[in-house]
Amino acid sequence: MHVNVTVNGAETGADIEARLLLVHYLRNELGLTGTHWGCDTSNCGACTVWLDGVPVKSCTTLAGMADGHEVRTVEGLEGTDLDPVQQGFVEEHGLQCGFCTPGMMMTARALLDRDPDPDEATIREAISGNLCRCTGYENIIRAVRWAATHEAAARAADQEGAGV
Amino acid sequence: MQVPAPFEYERATSVDEAIALLTRHGADARLVAGGHSLLPMMKLRLARPETLIDINGLSDLDYIRVDGDEIALGAMTRHAAVLDSPLLAEHYRIFAEAERVIADPLVRNRGTVGGSLCQADPSEDLSAVFSALRGRAVIRAASGTRSVDLRDFHRGPYETAVGPAEILLEVRVPIRPRTGSAYQKVERRAGDWSIAAVGAFVQIDGDTISDVGIGITAVGAEHFACVAAEDQLRGSPATPEAVAAAAATCARSCHPSADQRGPEDYKRHLVEVLAGRALTQSIARARGEAS
Repeated sequence: MHVNVTVNGAETGADIEARLLLVHYLRNELGLTGTHWGCDTSNCGACTVWLDGVPVKSCTTLAGMADGHEVRTVEGLEGTDLDPVQQGFVEEHGLQCGFCTPGMMMTARALLDRDPDPDEATIREAISGNLCRCTGYENIIRAVRWAATHEAAARAADQEGAGV
Repeated sequence: MQVPAPFEYERATSVDEAIALLTRHGADARLVAGGHSLLPMMKLRLARPETLIDINGLSDLDYIRVDGDEIALGAMTRHAAVLDSPLLAEHYRIFAEAERVIADPLVRNRGTVGGSLCQADPSEDLSAVFSALRGRAVIRAASGTRSVDLRDFHRGPYETAVGPAEILLEVRVPIRPRTGSAYQKVERRAGDWSIAAVGAFVQIDGDTISDVGIGITAVGAEHFACVAAEDQLRGSPATPEAVAAAAATCARSCHPSADQRGPEDYKRHLVEVLAGRALTQSIARARGEAS
């Protein structure tokens, strides 16, 4: 079958087997290896990407299900600068081996878009479908809080600049 | 690498088209919604449909709404929407309490109410919720629409009343006044299937239990319910003694099997404790004494 998927704003397409999973479409067809392929059983969340703005596990989503839809991967986080979530992981040492990091960041970005000021319990609940095999959760939570704080500061500065 | 066996992929854009595709492809075709139950089974080759019919386009089956004196949940409603629904929170706390412990937030973004029920895993949580609430399933075939009590919906592990050329449209739950509900689950680790779980609603009339529903999952309870305990409680005073006796009945009448999640006696013990908690909490909520 043929699929057309908008990935990080760009049109992509390929002839694929119907059984191809979205994670393999991204990694093998498009070379977007930022999305990690982990447990393959929808437990670990390393493969988390956005499908139409919602974080999902791409090892348990068929590429065909993304046909005609929009996918955002970790490669799509960075704009001119690193996304504040990415910067937060740098600042707060949010990764050790880095395997869970793409999935963690996609989940964290979705959380902050919905809830710009989440408390620790909310962050823990939000990332409960993303497993860190280094067990570095404390620093991951600090990284997400770092992003929340800096985005709030940036918004306040923007409003001041606009004379609001 | 876990890969499903090859299959043909079709996409339905309407309920009628889904039924037509099921009819055309025969008994080896399966509907797929979120895919978070079916795709893992296909990767393990425990399921091997020859044709998958993707119904993610059927957004008209994605709703939670009041319809007459019932709440209707469309089959394509994602678990995340059930968890966040203010309407369900107002009438039945059991939904949010069950959803919070179904898999994880990412899986709940994708998995659907209809998919979970039709997968009919014997440890599935919503099966116990809808059984406790005595909901009914609305099923459509080419010949028309029919309604099946949730307690007759499951025909056995992974088997339901939905026929090979039929589709589950929605589940309906009666709205009940003076009612409290709750869900209690014990799992080995966050996001896992239940070792045992019990959900309940209790309707209070003065000091008397006027109606009650008890749903149980993962321990071989017939129809995911315990009718004997319900009969025992209906019409009785809402006392701790009555709750304890009913909880003991739940533990006696289920049929747990020993597996990696624990031995039989442990599971019976869990059922008794969880049934007691769910009923006590439901009564307190029905009385407005607990949130």
